[in-house]
Amino acid sequence: MLDVRQVSAGYDGLQILWEVAIHVDAGEIVALMGPNGSGKSTLMNSVSGLIRIWSGEILFEGRRIDALPPHAMIGMGVAHVLERHRLFPDMTVLENLMLGCGPHARKQSIAQGLEQAYALFPLLKERRTQIAGSLSGGEQQMCAIARGLMSSPRLLLIDEPFIGLSPHMRSAVAKAIRAINRDGVSVLLIEQNVAEALSLSQRAYILREGRIVLGGRSEDLKVGQTVERIFMAREDVPSGLDIVSS
Amino acid sequence: MSGDLLVQLLLSGIGMGFIFALIAIGLTLIYGVMNVVNFAHGEFLMLSMYASYLAFATWGADPIVTLPFVAALMFVFGLLVYYLLVRRVMQGSMNSQIFATFGLMVFLQAAAQFIMGADYFAVRGGLLSGVLEVGSLILPAPQLAAVVGASTATGVLYWLVFRTATGRSLRAASQDRQAASTLGINVDRMYALAWGIGAACVGIAGSLLSNFYPVFPRVGAIFVLIAYVAVALGGFGSIHGALVAGVIIGLLQVLAGFFISSQLKFVPVYLLYLIVVLVRPRGLFGRL
Ligand SMILES: Nc1ncnc2c1ncn2[C@@H]1O[C@H](COP(=O)(O)OP(=O)(O)O)[C@@H](O)[C@H]1O
Ligand SMILES: [Mg+2]
Repeated sequence: MLDVRQVSAGYDGLQILWEVAIHVDAGEIVALMGPNGSGKSTLMNSVSGLIRIWSGEILFEGRRIDALPPHAMIGMGVAHVLERHRLFPDMTVLENLMLGCGPHARKQSIAQGLEQAYALFPLLKERRTQIAGSLSGGEQQMCAIARGLMSSPRLLLIDEPFIGLSPHMRSAVAKAIRAINRDGVSVLLIEQNVAEALSLSQRAYILREGRIVLGGRSEDLKVGQTVERIFMAREDVPSGLDIVSS
Repeated sequence: MSGDLLVQLLLSGIGMGFIFALIAIGLTLIYGVMNVVNFAHGEFLMLSMYASYLAFATWGADPIVTLPFVAALMFVFGLLVYYLLVRRVMQGSMNSQIFATFGLMVFLQAAAQFIMGADYFAVRGGLLSGVLEVGSLILPAPQLAAVVGASTATGVLYWLVFRTATGRSLRAASQDRQAASTLGINVDRMYALAWGIGAACVGIAGSLLSNFYPVFPRVGAIFVLIAYVAVALGGFGSIHGALVAGVIIGLLQVLAGFFISSQLKFVPVYLLYLIVVLVRPRGLFGRL
């Protein structure tokens, strides 16, 4: 479904991503992990067109998307929930959700989207006339995920949805992501917490200093503390565990 | 003083106020959406006043009749300024952005001077040249038209920005361009729209103004200076702020002109500005 092939990218001549290759198959939840500053958001932003890649290619459902502008992505079926939710704080919850449908949405699809959003997060229905900036951190994250779903995407990109949330909110958001996935939406998720990421996803990648250093089935990665060690201690990837290509 | 005189003063103050507000809203809209100050805003006003005057002088078309056309013309002019000039310098430094619209200001003034000369032109004998007598009240028609026209235009603008899907996209693009673009909003087009609407606001203000104010190459500077004060007073980027501040300024300068001296009518305006900026630097409705 999503195929990122040997992508290099960066900012103002400073290279961040080095020939990164990942893929997401239809129906999957894939986690992207890695220390701060390793380039996870840069990679996700490359997929959604917010930054232009230097080389490589990105395909979605077999079509090249790496030259498309960011505003073309929801039309392709890809929605991106940015890091730190990025709601429009002065607008109401309802206005934020409506914006998720895209600028050319019909009334009917807006109504349908709202119904789904409220079913997923009943709390948003109660809060719909409230200014988004007045919601709690967890509620804002929920609103951002719901906004991302308003365009009925086939692939949802979510950048660190759990950051700063209470344990209770974390599990509510995780539950929602599973529900979204059960409804047929594929998910690429950035998450720093290894246990959380591995329990939620079917497959996972670890990005370190702009390179994918490990990838594989989440179940396999849970075994032992390998992932944590690679992650934290910056130790080299043991040769036996290099399953990036799998 | 008589009640009638007070009503007339207030009317003329509110009329001027709405015109200041309309000019300031155009300025604050462009600033709010893309953080660029349009230094040529006054010259946009000058152009619309010349357009109104020339239509009147050539075809006898009254400014109130040509208002929609001038507004549409200015909308297109705003788009052109964005696409041909502003957009090209957006990647450049802050300085190049400032000099782009500043250069446009100098160019438009010089062009007006070259084509029309430095003379003052006024619309005389238009539909709105007389007065309206309501009972014992004698109301100057141009000011009345300014109140009605500019408040209607402001109402339409509010509806557009705060009640329509396009307005929602425009506000989204102004608050967070990256988030807006991930939601399918073509931010570049929203910027162009802000320039179009901003210029159309000035087009309407210019049409209304041409009924009672002469046009000359530097006419824009007078009004735009007040509009800058309104924008700062109301809070940069705030449409509510520009509206409220514009009307307050209009009233203040008319009352000061009457009770103090017409030469000093703007003194209380700048005084108010200084006080507000000292006490509340972000302006009445601005955010930090
Ligand atoms: N807009 C930007 N301009 C320049 N450098 C950036 C920008 N965004 C991120 N970076 C740099 O790119 C690197 C990767 O950042 P990011 O992709 O945000 O990492 P992560 O999401 O894994 O924490 C960091 O060194 C960061 O400083
Ligand atoms: Mg990040």
